[in-house]
Amino acid sequence: MEPLTWTGPLGQFLDPVLYVLSAIFLVAIAVQIMLGVTSGGSRVVTNPDGTLSSSGGAYDLSTTATKWLGLGLFLVVLAYAIVGIFAGPQVAGIIGGMSQQLTPVWIALILTFVVSIKFKRKLGLYGKLFDSTVGMIGFALVMFWVYAGVMAGLFDWITTHDSLSQVSGMKNKVPGTPMRGAEDGEYAWYLLGGDNLARDVFSRLFKGGWVVVQIAPLATVFAFMVGITLGLPAGYYGGRLDTFLSFLANLILAFPVILLFYLLVTPEIVATGIPNYMATVLFVFPLIFVGVLLNSRYYTQPSFRTPLLIIVMGVMGWIYLSLISDGGSKVAVLPEFLDLFDIDPGILVVFVSVVFVNAPTVFRIVRGLAMDIKTRDYVAAAQTRGEGPWYIMLWEILPNARGPLIVDFCLRIGYTTILLGTLGFFGLGLQSESPDWGTTINAGRRLLSAYPHPAIAPALSLLTMVLGLNLLADGLREESLKD
Amino acid sequence: MGLFILRRLGVMLLTALCLTFIVFFLTNLYPNLEKLAKTQGNFRMTDEAVASWLDDRGYVDNTFVKYGRWLGVAPGWVTEKEDGTVTGQCFAENAPVDERSTFCGVLQGDWGFSLVFKDDVSSLVATRLGATGKLMGFVLLVMVPMSLIVGVLAGMREGSGLDRSLSTFSIATTATPEYVSGVIFIAVFASSAFGLKWFKGSATQAIENATFENFTLPVLTIALYGMGYIARMTRASMTEVMTAQYIRTARLKGVSFGNIVLKHALRNALIAPFTVIMLQIPWLLNGVVIVETLFNYKGFGWLLVQAAGNNDIELLLAVSVVSVVVVLITQLISDIGYVFLNPRIRIS
Repeated sequence: MEPLTWTGPLGQFLDPVLYVLSAIFLVAIAVQIMLGVTSGGSRVVTNPDGTLSSSGGAYDLSTTATKWLGLGLFLVVLAYAIVGIFAGPQVAGIIGGMSQQLTPVWIALILTFVVSIKFKRKLGLYGKLFDSTVGMIGFALVMFWVYAGVMAGLFDWITTHDSLSQVSGMKNKVPGTPMRGAEDGEYAWYLLGGDNLARDVFSRLFKGGWVVVQIAPLATVFAFMVGITLGLPAGYYGGRLDTFLSFLANLILAFPVILLFYLLVTPEIVATGIPNYMATVLFVFPLIFVGVLLNSRYYTQPSFRTPLLIIVMGVMGWIYLSLISDGGSKVAVLPEFLDLFDIDPGILVVFVSVVFVNAPTVFRIVRGLAMDIKTRDYVAAAQTRGEGPWYIMLWEILPNARGPLIVDFCLRIGYTTILLGTLGFFGLGLQSESPDWGTTINAGRRLLSAYPHPAIAPALSLLTMVLGLNLLADGLREESLKD
Repeated sequence: MGLFILRRLGVMLLTALCLTFIVFFLTNLYPNLEKLAKTQGNFRMTDEAVASWLDDRGYVDNTFVKYGRWLGVAPGWVTEKEDGTVTGQCFAENAPVDERSTFCGVLQGDWGFSLVFKDDVSSLVATRLGATGKLMGFVLLVMVPMSLIVGVLAGMREGSGLDRSLSTFSIATTATPEYVSGVIFIAVFASSAFGLKWFKGSATQAIENATFENFTLPVLTIALYGMGYIARMTRASMTEVMTAQYIRTARLKGVSFGNIVLKHALRNALIAPFTVIMLQIPWLLNGVVIVETLFNYKGFGWLLVQAAGNNDIELLLAVSVVSVVVVLITQLISDIGYVFLNPRIRIS
């Protein structure tokens, strides 16, 4: 079989269009920037009939030009993808093949956008996101990786080959190489080539996405639980407690992150059980948070509060205990038959260290917000009503701090993704055959100058995902500031 | 002001003590020591041999005592072997009795001996720090002017096309960690696959002889990641200044836009970025570690990775002291500098 080119026979028609359009587009952007610096921008002119219209001249013209050229470029790219979905790799090349494999992701994305845009006025802040272009682009990038990760990880849909199996003759092969001796029913190409162990880069990419999609948001949630549970009292009470907790937070923040990772994640330290003890401490914070949250709200109705707390705390406590107790590790409180699940010790260590690094920053943000908000009138009103301090912190201050916290949450997931990649890049924590992006970049960087494709694919994926999260955060910030 | 600096220095000292103690504790856990004994002795040592190797060198004492020795406030270990030879932490094996010093720690200026590099820690750290200083100097030289220009240009007309494209650019740079941009740069500009062999993918030679060819990519990689954040902060500060009353007054007086930006707005808009730049320096340290590993530039970050990967205790402690001091000093400078730069605080 012939090796695939990037755009296949379709490219013979579309590639020239794409090149010409992008060249003009770049020129238009350059012109727009030049004009933006030199000219005064668009002017508003009052017409004789009293109406206003903008007459920007050259600057306005360049803005319009970039807008339309950008749309044209987008349509060309869309054409590659759509033709690819229906005609497959033989007509549309590697891009088409990938687009075909990703069909379920496209469907899910389109459904999400159609439904969200239709009901955007009823969806609060989430709906407002669809008013901002930047926010929508960010949301699309993030959801692309979420859907792709879930579909590749849980349903095995997108991947073309097994992410661990090695095929002889495919070592370091360039993207689009036909698979040697492919049998019927097997996918006939390595779409993004083979890595230095002759595994399929395309399949590993999406399996790796699943690892990131699993760990990053969850670790961020835990970091937020720790940061909120400690930051609210530090900001609200102040005094000694604040001094002590802030000192601790600054202590962790003064550590170079990579040194901390090296100290926590080496096998020798794992053998001493320190990460397990840290997990025991850090994972208790969601329990405290939810317990205090419910108790402070419903303590006036003991008949409702007590059963609610027993059920919620029971379930969460059980999950907590199964999470921390692990067959071979140092912390094993639960007997084997009660232990719901065991998580891979490597993943646990990575998780704990990422939470540990992120929590102090969240603490500082929450503390600052709490110090600001506690001077407001509604807090004084709650104090006069005789509400308890935890009710005020969790039900008066926290909901009013949600805007900055949601924005920071998005940014922090991106940062956590970067940290996970850093860990993988230094070969810490996860096993060396793990498909996650950092580990793959680490494996690929040794042969970078000869065979760049195994390292570039995960690098670009990480870039798009973190970029998506940052754009999403930017859109959310803009929209939440509007009212 | 003097009291403020004194208090900050006190907190700095306390933080440095706590942090080095944590590093000391973690590196001195028994599994780490066992690995150390086996790499220094031989890998087939029995458990008893490991224990006696460690015992002879004072490794099994109380952690606080050992930490005191490292600091130089507790007497160094002295072991008398069965055949009568006396070895000690603070003197060579054959030193006469009256030349044996009791204390040898950081306070006495003795940073210890690196077991991996077989060299004095202080000279090792000093040379590597020099190499990294060169890298950081170039990074700051590229990063600070670029980010300030981007930030000021974006912030001078909020919401314009220029603002939007530059803001997107700064978001994109903050979303590109060093190991991603470094990999992409090497692949595009230094690999045979793309054919553009403009630069070199390795900066090993840049230590002695930094050229445009071997030093551009590492510098650019670090500078790019740090740039976005500073540019966004500059933009925020610039937009705030541009909406101030005195800018409107100047505009109404008929001052040209270029003069407004350069003479009226710029100086006030650059106060906030100063703090951000200082606070960004510790973050650059992370980038330095990644970039030095990726480009094989044997500087301070490379030393950190080697020390941590081989559990070279005394080297690792010195490395962490240096990095913590960098973090704390930049914090101090940014606080003091903010007070001096902001006329509102300075005059009141």
